Amino acid sequence: MRLSASVVAPTVIAQRSRRRSLQAVGLALLLVLALALPFVVSNYRSFQFTLVLAYAIALLGLNILTGYNGQISLGHGAFYAIGAYTAAILMDRFGVPYWLTVPVAGVLCLAVGFLFGLPALRLEGLYLALATFALGVTLPQLLKHKSVEHWTGGVQGIVIVKPDAPFGLPLSADQWLYFFTLAVAVLMFVLAWNLLRGRVGRALIAIRDHPIAASAMGIDTSMYKSLAFGVSAMFTGVGGALGAIAVQFVAPDSFSIFLSITFLVGIVIGGLASISGAAFGALFIQFVPNIADQISKAAPWAIYGVFLIGFMFLMPVGISGAIRIAWARIRRHRQGRDAAAGPG
Amino acid sequence: MSEPLLDVVDLRAGYGLVPVLQGMSFSLAAGSITALLGANGAGKTTTLRALCSMVRTQGVIRFAGQRIEARATEDIVRLGMGHVPEGRGTFLNLSTEENLRLGAYTRRNKSEVGDDLERIYGYFPLLKARRVQQAGTLSGGEQQMLAISRALMLRPRLLLLDEPSFGLAPLIVREIFRIMREINEREKVAILLVEQNAALALDLADHVHLIETGRIVLSGTSAQMREHDSVRRSYLGY
Amino acid sequence: MESFLHETFSGLAAGGIYASVALALVMIHQATHLLNFAQGEMAMFSTYIAWSLINAGMPYWAAFFLTVGIAFVIGASIQRFVLARIRGPSVLSLVVVFIGLLVIFNSLAGWIFTYTIKVFPSPFPSEPPFGQHYVSSHELGATAVTLVVLLLLFAFFRFTSLGLAMRAAAQNPVASRLVGVRVGWMLALGWGLAAAIGAVAGMMVAPIVYLDPNMMSGILIYAFAAALIGGIDSPGGAVLGGFLVGVLENLLGAYVIGNELKLPAALAIIVGVLVVRPSGLFGKVHVTRV
Repeated sequence: MRLSASVVAPTVIAQRSRRRSLQAVGLALLLVLALALPFVVSNYRSFQFTLVLAYAIALLGLNILTGYNGQISLGHGAFYAIGAYTAAILMDRFGVPYWLTVPVAGVLCLAVGFLFGLPALRLEGLYLALATFALGVTLPQLLKHKSVEHWTGGVQGIVIVKPDAPFGLPLSADQWLYFFTLAVAVLMFVLAWNLLRGRVGRALIAIRDHPIAASAMGIDTSMYKSLAFGVSAMFTGVGGALGAIAVQFVAPDSFSIFLSITFLVGIVIGGLASISGAAFGALFIQFVPNIADQISKAAPWAIYGVFLIGFMFLMPVGISGAIRIAWARIRRHRQGRDAAAGPG
Repeated sequence: MSEPLLDVVDLRAGYGLVPVLQGMSFSLAAGSITALLGANGAGKTTTLRALCSMVRTQGVIRFAGQRIEARATEDIVRLGMGHVPEGRGTFLNLSTEENLRLGAYTRRNKSEVGDDLERIYGYFPLLKARRVQQAGTLSGGEQQMLAISRALMLRPRLLLLDEPSFGLAPLIVREIFRIMREINEREKVAILLVEQNAALALDLADHVHLIETGRIVLSGTSAQMREHDSVRRSYLGY
Repeated sequence: MESFLHETFSGLAAGGIYASVALALVMIHQATHLLNFAQGEMAMFSTYIAWSLINAGMPYWAAFFLTVGIAFVIGASIQRFVLARIRGPSVLSLVVVFIGLLVIFNSLAGWIFTYTIKVFPSPFPSEPPFGQHYVSSHELGATAVTLVVLLLLFAFFRFTSLGLAMRAAAQNPVASRLVGVRVGWMLALGWGLAAAIGAVAGMMVAPIVYLDPNMMSGILIYAFAAALIGGIDSPGGAVLGGFLVGVLENLLGAYVIGNELKLPAALAIIVGVLVVRPSGLFGKVHVTRV
């Protein structure tokens, strides 16, 4: 049975706008849930979810670089640490208000990340992974060093004070911090979404998949790759600053290579090259170790390892990808039913 | 004439969902030289790849009396099928001699390998001069000689040659083809040759098959093919 | 002068250890063109196996060689059953699997053997040789073992057809099949050998730094630096690189930057080499005709 174009087109358009409004409703629902959260759970849970948000921003950063642009970083814990220490040092040594430290951390990490991106241009694939891996391993040592001890607090690190809710709002410190972090997270996610769905996003993906063809098409691969590094570092640094404020403490050993590996686990499980993947990944890395810890001290990492390898075989698109595929299947099934029912 | 060395029946092969060979059937006798002619994309290279199990195949392939269509490339090679692939497949980072020794990798009798090396150097003195040189630095013609020699180190019963003239100067090509004729006569190696250069192929080969879109459309001796009007016009240019 | 000599010699001794891990890294690269991030943890885990055997009463050298054999089997199995099965092996999926292996070995060791530090015996006498006090017998012995392994490897790659086949399989798997090389088994062999070398390295290191699950993480970085300086394709270069890195680190640490910055210095070496001269000092700069 042939459908003429004039009959098909409105159906397709109707489907697309139906999907978009469905998505908008879903997001609005999510936002409502997120806003309601601190009022229905304990302070401690609010704190945990604050960390989830901080991690989500950090994972978004890593995803921009590794998922969308294909530059593998095993050292993103370093940018998280820089953001965290920036916040801590500004708050503790200079009395800067907490909300100002976040954008400062972001800008600083943007610059540092961009600078990192320059030598990284010469490194491909495994070698970039190696260089960033080495960075991740050596970072704690750099933080502990005598020459910066005055700023970083050496092995003991820095303790910071959790800010209270402003303007005398009837919120606990944990609840306020949650809303603050949520606001920043929404901002960062919208920023990422805007960045990635347009020209920039397509350029990044093109560079990842076919670098030679991309440059033949006139894309300035060097600039985009360095920029990707910078922007990615900025996101992760913002996450780090928020995380530090929530945890109220920074110390060198919190930022070992295992933090970088945790981020890698987050984006693999959440879904590479996916914005929602950052959220799934963050939930995973915050809550799964807590559960696994009860089995054995070594269990969380064993689980991480098994998940990493398992996901590569079974679900390389991550949770967000699996959801996308399942959704597409449901839609196709429904489309088939609609088509069989006839036009009109 | 006894059983053919190679017997192919209804060979089908392709890349992914794209079918290239649509049912090829042919055979060749031991010690003979057969050429596969055809335009680009006709399926000549795919035929050679299918014989070596480098692509998924359907159909029956019998080599030296055994069914080989389900076997792995490494096992088919051990039965005595040497393949000089498109692009030569040189081990660029190894030396010339290391390339040759790799050709003899599956040989049981290691002591004969040294003698074989000398014999190969006899056919291709240019290679001997460059034996310790990194293979990637050899010229195109020398790499082609190296690729053929490497396949010969296997002491194959059948040599598959994929576009040996590709990208080479005419003088070098003529030299290589002359040596191929000599090798065929002395070593009694059967040759299955894929060539776009029809004139060269007709000179060397005894039997010729013309392939178009994955099927054999014409077969005969090279003399017969030369007489055939459409072949002359399409492939020989006169 | 006295302390300079001391630093140099202990640098050489440390370098011997870096050299042996670097050898394992080069080994895997020769066979598969990959960088094995999990090499350190595999070596550590093998050392724990040796520890268990010795603790159960097995004499040292018996445990040593049995561990090397077990490590070989583990390495080959990882290649055969895990790596070979990855669909569409992109660089990222390989890195993820390597990190997964790293983390599994590390946590398995912690789980099975706990995190308490253990003492690992040395097969060499405890008095320093020839009455001097710059190097201990163990350090000298470990260096000698590394050199023996290097020699065996060199001979294997240069003079045996199996070694040649392995190199070919790594460079051009398709062409290798056409000469009858079973590429899958070559890769497994490469991994097995690398794991075995790593086990040797681990057993030489453990008496010095004591056995604990995080024993190898710093050493892995030094080893990568060594392998890169020497040339990731060159076993001899890896060993030379190991000694170079060992001495350089010690001297830099003692006289220039302080001991806490030794590891960051290794990072600087890695990045520097990769950016300036990726093929290292002795690696072949590959010439390809277009």
